[in-house]
Amino acid sequence: MASIQAFITGLSQYNFLQTALLTSIMVGVMSGIVGSFIILRGMSLMGDAISHSVLPGVALAYMLGINLVIGASVMGVLAAVLIGYIADRSALKNDTAIGIIFSAFFALGFILISLAESTTNLHHILFGNVLAVSDSDLKLTAWILAAVVLFVVLFFKELLISSFDPTFAQAYGLKTTFLHYGLMVVLTLVTVSALQTVGIILIVAMLITPAAVGFLWTNSLAKMMIIASSVGVVSAIVGLYFSYTWNLASGPAIVLVAAFIFAISFLLSPKRFGNRLFKGGVSDEA
Amino acid sequence: MLAITNLTVGYGRTDILRDLSVTFTPGHITGIIGPNGAGKSTLIKALLNLIKPRQGQILLNDTPVKSQLNQIAYVQQRADLDLSFPIDVEHVVLTGVYPQLKLFHEPTPAMHDAVTAAIDQVGLTDFKHRQFSALSGGQLQRVFVARALVQQAQVLILDEPFVGIDLASETQIMAILRELTAAGKTVIIVHHDLNKVTTYFDDLVILNHGVIAAGSTERVFTRSNIGQAFSEDLGKVLFIEEVNNG
Repeated sequence: MASIQAFITGLSQYNFLQTALLTSIMVGVMSGIVGSFIILRGMSLMGDAISHSVLPGVALAYMLGINLVIGASVMGVLAAVLIGYIADRSALKNDTAIGIIFSAFFALGFILISLAESTTNLHHILFGNVLAVSDSDLKLTAWILAAVVLFVVLFFKELLISSFDPTFAQAYGLKTTFLHYGLMVVLTLVTVSALQTVGIILIVAMLITPAAVGFLWTNSLAKMMIIASSVGVVSAIVGLYFSYTWNLASGPAIVLVAAFIFAISFLLSPKRFGNRLFKGGVSDEA
Repeated sequence: MLAITNLTVGYGRTDILRDLSVTFTPGHITGIIGPNGAGKSTLIKALLNLIKPRQGQILLNDTPVKSQLNQIAYVQQRADLDLSFPIDVEHVVLTGVYPQLKLFHEPTPAMHDAVTAAIDQVGLTDFKHRQFSALSGGQLQRVFVARALVQQAQVLILDEPFVGIDLASETQIMAILRELTAAGKTVIIVHHDLNKVTTYFDDLVILNHGVIAAGSTERVFTRSNIGQAFSEDLGKVLFIEEVNNG
């Protein structure tokens, strides 16, 4: 196809396109890894909340001229702490606490961005503008990817057991709260690097959809993360190609490719469907 | 010896257990029975350091349990688990060595051997690579017993282990627990089926917000104790039945 050739020619000619592709690929890898833990811990809504809550941090970072990562992480973790605090100290359910905090943070971020009167385009923060990724953004993303991979490799068994069997983990003295907030920090880092590829609004799709595909195809956590990351990478490449060829917004293009891969997987994995049915009533024969 | 002295625990403003003292003898299987809401789960949570006692202490061999949590293995109720988690039988059992592993350490070959042996002991060798969710209730329970074996803890606590499982699994699990107590381990079972109390337990703790009675099953499992903990009627029905059977 001529358009694919044009995309490849574009890649060899334009530095901005190479940077965009590399960044998208790295974001695909890290969101697949982190997303696997997010969906296994039943924290999809939390993932959405934290990524939205990063907005005031981004705005403040621009206003104060401090590092974006610091502003975003502080706000992301603050939101996670507040959500935990409200859920623990009242009879309100976790999702109610999430709904209150993330909408408030998002609203605050929206107002701060408009006050900042910066050249920063709110639309680009919300939906991404991957073709404007700078070389320093690329470097930052590479560092974040390294940090995410290191975190997951070093704490793999602790993350696994605290996701699979939190009571067991706590009972042998594992600091599950520490791991929870560690994961929240990692989540804000992923959000920061995904700001320009898919944007704040859609990052949750990159966390959940590829991980869900991995979940459908395997019974091993490590393989699930590998599949999720691969789906993230393929979505990034194909999405960027569509974005470049038909001048579409990059974030939504990437997310739609991921959703398409999920739809195919969902239809083709009857094994998981059987398991799901089985789950409701575990039979008792020896 | 696992000893609880003057334990008071609770949530919010209410005390669930008040001033509870009881000891568990090594080499014995101790059953904990009591009506719903008597504080059985709370007692276990306190033993596992999952809730902080308001008062009292829990000592294992004269040292606070808090400082030696890896000496307590816990088999929780199956209903509390995420059965869809992508993990196979072997890996679930392998998580039993995690309490012995420091951060950034991987299981040793000897630990892998212990996992293989434990899976064999509960008769699930053929199911080693089976996805966790594709097991029956009895098989699942045996997986968790295997994990507890791998932990090599001095104390093993099981919460309602026989609910909804097949008789063959139940018998097999009891046989394994007998082997453990023969080796000097302390086994504690939270139980609700009063019929099997006398066959299963060496010692019995009858609980209702405090200890109603504790000691050898023979001595403690009486109509008046059961009547006091549950209800007069249950005491009557249960022990009249026994008289008839005898």
